[in-house]
Amino acid sequence: MIKGHVHKFGDDINTDDIIAAKYLDSQDEKFLGSKCMENIDPGFAGRLKKGDIIVAGKNFGCGSSREHAPLAIKGCGVSLVIAESFARIFYRNSINLGLPILVFPDCSKIKDGDILAVDLAGGKIRNLSQRKVYTCQKFPDFMREIIDSRGLIEWIKKRK
Amino acid sequence: MGLTLIEKILLRASGKRELKDFVYAKVDFCFGNDITAPLALKQFESAGFKKVFNRNRIGFVCDHFVPARDLKAANNVKMLKDFSRRFKIKNFFDINSCGIEHAFLLETALFSPGSLVIGADSHTCTFGAIGCASFGVGSTDLAATMSEGRCWFKVPSTIKFFYKGRMPKWISGKDLVLHTIGKIGVDGALYKVMEFTGPAIRKLGVEGRLTMTNMAIEAGAKTGIIEPDESTMNYLKRITGNKIPKVDIKKLKSDKDAKYDDVIDIDVTKLEPQVSCPHLPGNTKPVRSLKNVKLTQVVIGSCTNGRISDLRIAASLLKGKKVKKGLRVIIIPATPSIFRQAEKEGFIRIFLESGCVVSPPTCGPCLGGHDGILDDGEIALSTTNRNFIGRMGSPKSFVYLSSPAVAAASAVKGRITHPDEI
Repeated sequence: MIKGHVHKFGDDINTDDIIAAKYLDSQDEKFLGSKCMENIDPGFAGRLKKGDIIVAGKNFGCGSSREHAPLAIKGCGVSLVIAESFARIFYRNSINLGLPILVFPDCSKIKDGDILAVDLAGGKIRNLSQRKVYTCQKFPDFMREIIDSRGLIEWIKKRK
Repeated sequence: MGLTLIEKILLRASGKRELKDFVYAKVDFCFGNDITAPLALKQFESAGFKKVFNRNRIGFVCDHFVPARDLKAANNVKMLKDFSRRFKIKNFFDINSCGIEHAFLLETALFSPGSLVIGADSHTCTFGAIGCASFGVGSTDLAATMSEGRCWFKVPSTIKFFYKGRMPKWISGKDLVLHTIGKIGVDGALYKVMEFTGPAIRKLGVEGRLTMTNMAIEAGAKTGIIEPDESTMNYLKRITGNKIPKVDIKKLKSDKDAKYDDVIDIDVTKLEPQVSCPHLPGNTKPVRSLKNVKLTQVVIGSCTNGRISDLRIAASLLKGKKVKKGLRVIIIPATPSIFRQAEKEGFIRIFLESGCVVSPPTCGPCLGGHDGILDDGEIALSTTNRNFIGRMGSPKSFVYLSSPAVAAASAVKGRITHPDEI
C-alpha cells in the first residue's frame, strides 16, 4: 500500500520539465532528484515529503528517452505517478526501473494536496481526503511480470 | 489478415510464427550516446552482467555534450571508451569519427532496411525512414539488450498518413511533419506507429523522409516508418561508400490488407511553410502569420535537419547575403562527412561570409547542452525538434521550430521570414 500527499501537474509534462538536459551528465539518483521539475516548479524537490504522489494529466513524460527522468522522480522521494496517460518511453522506463505508475483517466477528480492510499496490485486508489475510491486500468500480464520482479534486470535474472 | 511493415520486422525478430501482444525480440543493432549510455553501463555493472551478446552489434556514439563541454562530460566519454576496450566493442565513436548519432549511424552500414534497431535516445525513430523498425528506449533497456541481445516490445498498431498533391516550392519534410503533428497533437499517435506514404513521400528525398520519421516521437509515436524504395538504396549506397548490403526491398512493404488504426489523407498542394511556436511542437502556424516575431538566435542543424540537403538549401538562401546585425546564427553540420561535403560544395564559405558561425558536429544547443544556450527573454528559431520550456537554456526563453529554408531566410531578416521574401 502506498500512501501520500498529491502534487498535481497538467498535461504534456515533458522530460525537460522533469529533469533539465544540463543535468544529464549525472547518473546520481539523489542529485537528479534535487533538480526534479526545476524549470516548471522551482522548489518542488524541497517541498516534497518522502512517499508523496504525483498526479498529472495526459501524455506525462513526453519528449526524450532520458531514464534520468523517472530516476529523478524516484530520487526526490516520489512513491508513485498517476496520470491520464503516459508517453511511451517514460512508461517503459518506469516499468524497467521499478518506479510505480498508474493510468487513471479521471485525474481531474483528484485535487492538489489530497491524501491517497493506493493498492497497486489491485489497481485501487482510495482518496482519503474526498472519501472516494477509484479503479485504475490493469497492466497487461507481461508488464505485470516485470513490475512484480521490481524491474527489467531482475526479470531477466529470473528467466536465466 | 495482412501485416504492416513494422509487424513483419517484429515477427521475424521474434522468431515466432505469429505475433502476440508482446514480443521478446532479437535486436540487430543497439546503441546509446554520451548521456544515456553511461547510465546503461551503471545498470549493466550493477546487474552483474559479465559479457555482451555481440561486440559488433553494440554502438556508443558521443554526440550530446561533445566536444566535451566540461570535466563531467569528458568523464562520461572516457567511461564509454574504457568499457568498449574492456568488452572489445568496436563501434565506439568519438568526435572525429562520428557526429550526431541519427545522422552518423546511417553512414556506417551497421544496419540496413528491415533491421530491428534500438537506441537509448528518443530520436532513434529516425531510422524508420529507411525501413527499419527502430525504437527509442531507455538506458536499462540498452543495458539489458547489451547482455541478452533481446528487447521486449508491445506490438504497436499503425496509423497510415497518406500525402498527396504537388509539393509547393519551399515545402520540405519538416513542413509536412510539423503540419502533421499540429493536426493530430503531441499525443496524437501515442504508442502507435506513424507510417508515412503516398506520392508526395515518394517524391520527397530520403533526407526529407528522415526528418519526418525523426519527429514521429513528437506526436507520441512509438516510431515512424516509410517503405524503402530505389531512392533509399541509392542514398544508402552513396553515404556508406557502397558498404550497405543488398536488401530485397520488395519484401519490406506493408501488405495491401494490413490493418491500420486509422488512415489520414493530407493534401500538400496548398501547404505553407510551417513553424512550431513555444512551447510544444504541436503548436504549429503558417510562417506568414509570425512575421512580427523578432529573433536573437537562429540554429540550423541537429538530427532533424543537419544533413547535406538542409545545408544546401540554407546556403542557397544565404549566398551573397549578410545575416541581420546582432543576430547569432549557428550552423551545425550533423557529421564530419557532411561537414566535408558542405566544404567541398562551397557552403561553409557562404555561411562564414554571411556572418554565421559554423560549429563542429554536436547536439549542443538543441537540448540546451552547450554552444548556444539562451538567456531570459531570448528568442530562437531552430531547425531542431523540441521547443519545450527551457529546452535551449533559460526557462524564460522561447524556441520556434522550422525548416532550414525558413531558418536561413529568417537569419537574413532577423525575424521569422517566408523564404519568398529573400
